Amino acid sequence: MTTSLPARFGVPQELEARCARLKAEREGKRLTILVCCGTGCLANGSAKVADAFARELHARGIDADVGLAFKRTGCHGFCQRGPLVVMMPDETFYQRVKPKDVPKIVEQTVVGGKVIATLLYKDPNSKQRITRYHEIPFYQKQTRVAMRNIGLVDPRDLRDSLARGAYLAVAKALGAMTPEQVIAEVDQSGLRGRGGAGFSTGRKWRSARAAPGERKFVICNGDEGDPGAFKDRSILEGDPHSVIEGMIIGAYAVGAHEGFVYVREEYPLAVENLGHALCDARAAGLLGRNILGTGFDFDVQISRGGGAFVCGESSALMKSIAGMVGEPRAKYIHATDRGLFDLPSVLNNVESWSDVPVIIEKGAAWFAAMGTAKSKGTKAFSLVGKVKNTGLVETPMGITLRELIFDIGGGILNDRPFKAVQTGGPSGGCVPAHLLDLPIDYEKLTEAGSMMGSGGMIVMDDRTCMVDVARYFTRFLWDESCGKCTPCREGLSQLQIVHDRICRGLGREEDLPLMERLGAVMETAALCALGKSANFPVKSTLQYFRDEYVAHVRDKRCPAGICKDLTIYRIIDEQCNGCGACLRVCPSKAITGKPKQLHALDQGLCISCGACFDVCTPMNAIAFDPRPHAAAVPPAAPGAAPARRNS
Amino acid sequence: MSHEPSGRVVKIEIDGRVVEARTGEFLLAVARRAGIDIPAICQHEAVDPAGNCRMCLVEITKASWDGWSRLVTACLYPTEQDLIVKTHSAPVIEARTVLCDLWLARCPDSAYVQKLAAEFGIEKTSYQPAAVPTDQCILCGLCIRVCEKLGPAAIYTVNRGGRKKVAGPFEGPPPDCIGCAACAEVCPTSCITVAERDGTRTIWDKEFQLLACTTCGRTLVTIEEARYFGRKGGLGESYYQLCDRCKRLQTAQQATKVAGLPLTVGGLGEASGRPFRSPGSLTTSR
Ligand SMILES: Cc1cc2nc3c(=O)[nH]c(=O)nc-3n(C[C@H](O)[C@H](O)[C@H](O)COP(=O)(O)O)c2cc1C
Ligand code: SF4
Ligand code: SF4
Ligand code: FES
Repeated sequence: MTTSLPARFGVPQELEARCARLKAEREGKRLTILVCCGTGCLANGSAKVADAFARELHARGIDADVGLAFKRTGCHGFCQRGPLVVMMPDETFYQRVKPKDVPKIVEQTVVGGKVIATLLYKDPNSKQRITRYHEIPFYQKQTRVAMRNIGLVDPRDLRDSLARGAYLAVAKALGAMTPEQVIAEVDQSGLRGRGGAGFSTGRKWRSARAAPGERKFVICNGDEGDPGAFKDRSILEGDPHSVIEGMIIGAYAVGAHEGFVYVREEYPLAVENLGHALCDARAAGLLGRNILGTGFDFDVQISRGGGAFVCGESSALMKSIAGMVGEPRAKYIHATDRGLFDLPSVLNNVESWSDVPVIIEKGAAWFAAMGTAKSKGTKAFSLVGKVKNTGLVETPMGITLRELIFDIGGGILNDRPFKAVQTGGPSGGCVPAHLLDLPIDYEKLTEAGSMMGSGGMIVMDDRTCMVDVARYFTRFLWDESCGKCTPCREGLSQLQIVHDRICRGLGREEDLPLMERLGAVMETAALCALGKSANFPVKSTLQYFRDEYVAHVRDKRCPAGICKDLTIYRIIDEQCNGCGACLRVCPSKAITGKPKQLHALDQGLCISCGACFDVCTPMNAIAFDPRPHAAAVPPAAPGAAPARRNS
Repeated sequence: MSHEPSGRVVKIEIDGRVVEARTGEFLLAVARRAGIDIPAICQHEAVDPAGNCRMCLVEITKASWDGWSRLVTACLYPTEQDLIVKTHSAPVIEARTVLCDLWLARCPDSAYVQKLAAEFGIEKTSYQPAAVPTDQCILCGLCIRVCEKLGPAAIYTVNRGGRKKVAGPFEGPPPDCIGCAACAEVCPTSCITVAERDGTRTIWDKEFQLLACTTCGRTLVTIEEARYFGRKGGLGESYYQLCDRCKRLQTAQQATKVAGLPLTVGGLGEASGRPFRSPGSLTTSR
């Protein structure tokens, strides 16, 4: 028997009773089928899989079985393996599920209780098939706090979230704590911002509470403009109630009655699920006037983002919400005094908001028990790039880069050597191999010349040219900054021009100190944090991979074989067995040869893309050399840089 | 962002001098009042500060900061108690030097930028000068802010990041432009072209008819400007019929009539005679 959506909860006790009942109801289920319908899995066709389940269960008449539940959930994080289907309570984990697999799953697993081996995940390292979710290396070292409910609840069903204890922290905070106590709890938990600089959330709230004024705002930053990052999207899509709940608690603490969630324009599903959740929460008396009968009023509205990376910066974001152009302003006066509409405002990241209810419910000490001395709790990371397992991960702070990349990530793709990991988003730095045992926390990453940022982790192997990487991020920031202040705008233009000429073999040795001097001024002189950190990719690669710059500049050689103007490829005759793998991947038909016979590479047609090199792993019969007399290509104007060559 | 100094009078130190200021007052204003020079390019008394050019960077610290200091823009930094400000310290000069070097790369042909860079000892940019320097705009944003302040808000920046530039909607002639040329007036690099010829003015690729003084014929303002400010200021269009010189004469004539004095000064008679045409073509390349 399912309980319908509750009418308004009049008092906290009503909510508590309902949560307990819904929990028991769900725990009584014999089997719950969870089909991931996050953006990643949807892109892989999970909507059809979910439909197939609905059809199949209905056709067999088992959709009426009260012991069975079927849900469309948010993202499990392992999108690479999607569409994902998880069966609870056994945690049977099926991956790459296609609609045609569904009748078999229903027949054998749902009805027959048997596991289908071919749908299980096969660990690329041990080559073992793994049945249960938590036994998969990708999930083994994870601890989910901000993402505690994602993948387990249907984000369109408030009852699901209530069964997982949603809004109990609101009941506790509003019912039994003073705003000061709430702030003290959050402060003591050591929670620091999960979206940017890692500022203490408790301190931010305290300033906003102390700021004079009747009208204040709490805002959720869901802009997430970093390329490759998707933690905030996953939380908003998969568990919007946790964010709303955090915001209610924050609003109560600082004395705000209005909230905004700023969501990136490109996140339609997040907007949809969040909008749905807001309506449900309002109907249940969890938002709006007199929340849970405590007399506290608060409501939230959605604001759609302007699209540029810079709009995630706090002052730009607030301008954007107010309908102005999303350009940063000087923050000599803090947003907690003068933020949105010049009124006291608290801005926190999606993940920060999602952490708050757990802190209130389980207490500051519980949260602070995880992590390092100054970075407490857990952190979500988007693990992408040249690792075997890519996806969204949440672990306690203090996990080492090595554990993250090699244990959770399964190591480097094709077992190539690890070269660097770029952390913290586009203006983060590249951390080299000798720092792999670095425990991840705010200070350690900053000391290493990078940053925590939003938790982006882009893993790079030996086939990555670090000069090219620095050029890529410089270009990204040149495109995505606001262009308002001189050091950032002109500095990025020049950094880009210099990288361009270095990659073309036209660099000069003086270019390196020139960029260092320029970068140092950008750091101190730019208006906002984007410009102040825009040189980090360049600075860190110059620090850790200077020899690569020198090779480009002095020897006109790209050690990774990526910069086309500096690299030619050839076949090592003695090693070629004529397998034809290279011939098939060459986009410009530069390779010819009969099967099992020596192949030939036509230098005239070769565009130095290196595709042949990357596929010839069994024989290693392709080599690259510096291009003789690097062509004197004139440097391009800023903005005219060619598209990036390696990803 | 509007800004009101909250008003408590405090003492701060600028370049070793003790200066009185109100808390909340911007440092640049305080320094100027004390006769201390801080270069500031994107700042103009007509508009709110924006912090775009970064030229007014100064180094601030406090005795309680344990030797820690930071660079802030004087045009936007609100005065606080016990502040110690250095307007020409080594990091400040380094930042200003690099800024000038960057502008010189952007606008190698701008006389203004050349002169500015020369003040920091730069004759030739260390960076790559723009290949085709079509534009001498350094994106200080003064033109935009002054236009916004006057009301029309006809121009703004289009694009972001390295592609940012000043333009009208769709980069075409701005429909809301009234041709007042206030933007050209405040532009530090004088890169906004205002061409006047045969009773017309062309600015932002838009041509305007100029009103002429009904007495002497000197061109006054564009018809659009007269209409705009006539309406906005409640002046009525007749306000713009005479140039200021003829207005003064008219007033003087009326005054002498009222006083019953004979009009004897030759110059007056001459000026009130037949209107003379404005010089055939006047091209200010601003
Ligand atoms: C260029 C730039 C982009 C940013 N983008 C984001 C973003 O997408 N999401 C986010 O939460 N914070 C972003 N931030 C950080 C915010 O300015 C702000 O510090 C943060 O939202 C505060 O929340 P937190 O304390 O919970 O991290 C960005 C900062 C800069 C300078
Ligand atoms: S630092 Fe860059 S993004 Fe920030 S205000 Fe300046 S130009 Fe804009
Ligand atoms: S046109 Fe002149 S006033 Fe306008 S932004 Fe450019 S330099 Fe500044
Ligand atoms: S005058 Fe202060 S930044 Fe331009």
